[in-house]
Amino acid sequence: MNVIESRGLSKSYGTTKALDDCTLAIPEGHVVALVGPNGAGKSTLLSLAVGLAAPSAGALTVLDSEAPGSPAALDGIAFVAQDTPLYKNLSAADMLHVTRNLNRRFDQASAEARLAEIGIPLKRKAGKLSGGQQAQLALTLALARRPQLLVLDEPVAMLDPIARHDFMATVLTAAVDEGVSVLLSSHVLAELERVADYLVVLSRGRVQVAGEVDDLLAGHRVLTGPVAQVATLAHWPVVHVRHGEVLAHVLARVTADDGVPQGWESHPVGLEELALAYLREPDAAALPGPVRSQDAGARR
Amino acid sequence: MVIGQEGKGRKGGPSTSSGEVTTSNSPIEFRLDPASGVPTYLQLVQQVEHALRLGYLKPGDQLPKVRDVVASLAINPNTVSKAYRELETKGLIIGRPGQGTFILATLSPVVLPELDGLRRSLHNWLAKADGVGLDESGIMALVASELRDFYERHRESRDGAAGDDTESVA
Repeated sequence: MNVIESRGLSKSYGTTKALDDCTLAIPEGHVVALVGPNGAGKSTLLSLAVGLAAPSAGALTVLDSEAPGSPAALDGIAFVAQDTPLYKNLSAADMLHVTRNLNRRFDQASAEARLAEIGIPLKRKAGKLSGGQQAQLALTLALARRPQLLVLDEPVAMLDPIARHDFMATVLTAAVDEGVSVLLSSHVLAELERVADYLVVLSRGRVQVAGEVDDLLAGHRVLTGPVAQVATLAHWPVVHVRHGEVLAHVLARVTADDGVPQGWESHPVGLEELALAYLREPDAAALPGPVRSQDAGARR
Repeated sequence: MVIGQEGKGRKGGPSTSSGEVTTSNSPIEFRLDPASGVPTYLQLVQQVEHALRLGYLKPGDQLPKVRDVVASLAINPNTVSKAYRELETKGLIIGRPGQGTFILATLSPVVLPELDGLRRSLHNWLAKADGVGLDESGIMALVASELRDFYERHRESRDGAAGDDTESVA
């Protein structure tokens, strides 16, 4: 099953195209990192997926061909927005009460257990909680709905290091315990290397990179060699070149089995380096992701 | 054994809904060094091997549950599974469904008879490198680079031979 599938998806705000002919398929069972420069369309894509906005053109389905915003999609997807919105004057217990009554499915017991585990008093007003606790409360409300897909927009941007660690630990533990698929947008590349096993890079409203992290890392190498000989790599699938006066580092779409020209060394690449290289080269693309179910003819 | 995980392991913990006993009694706890440049799953593998060599882990001992590692390090669950798979392929551990992952074999501490000879040839090599003008950091860089390449090729040739259950990239 694909948790998100889009074809030719576009969204315009006035004359600005936030998403432009965006085609994507994200399989279930992953922690997916959505990265891209500001204005690349990350938040727009998330809003469309959770049904908070409607596409200008193209098709988008979630949770195996459900329409975003349909009852099945609303039940199966939980969304935590960038600023982890809560009613500041309501207590944690009241927030549970409200959320339970606004949703068809809500696991009160597990929500209370999780709040106890992370030490959030039920009677404390949401506005009096620390930033980390507010984020944890919003996350707890989302997880108590027992979603198949958890969507997080810049979840840790405002949190201190410990709160960030604890927040991500809660998300990833839910992935183990409940098998929830996770889609999160973030700018913190270094952290994504540990957290994500699927990467989607958006650039100028289009999908630039999509695939399993292991596949992407195995499919890219940094070739290091003399600047004077960079031209000998002209026919190689080069993504990005960095160089000084003498030495050049060339990120290319090759594997460890591919040889290197005489005088060059081939090194493995990390996720941060790979993502940065693509972000700097908006015209390069790597899309080893799965085929969309329509294309495959049959669903898995 | 889970230290610093607020509220966890202190009491039975509320997370017993799955029926699992949360008192996981593994002798070891993993740590991560983001600056090492070693992939996360490999760091876990190496720490188990290291603990086996030093005798901190013995056959029958339990490794931390995947969930507990995920909770304490905030890393992707598949990373832990990958490390445990690798250790299982090496015949060092075994996963028992519903119970956990246990140490199967031990790694003898490095007291090989070849050790003296290896040490001598390494010493000779170092003297040679020093003789041609390589300084300490130059030697370190050379060794690190060769070591990495060697084991990378080693791993790849072995992974290739073990048959691939991973999806191939077109």
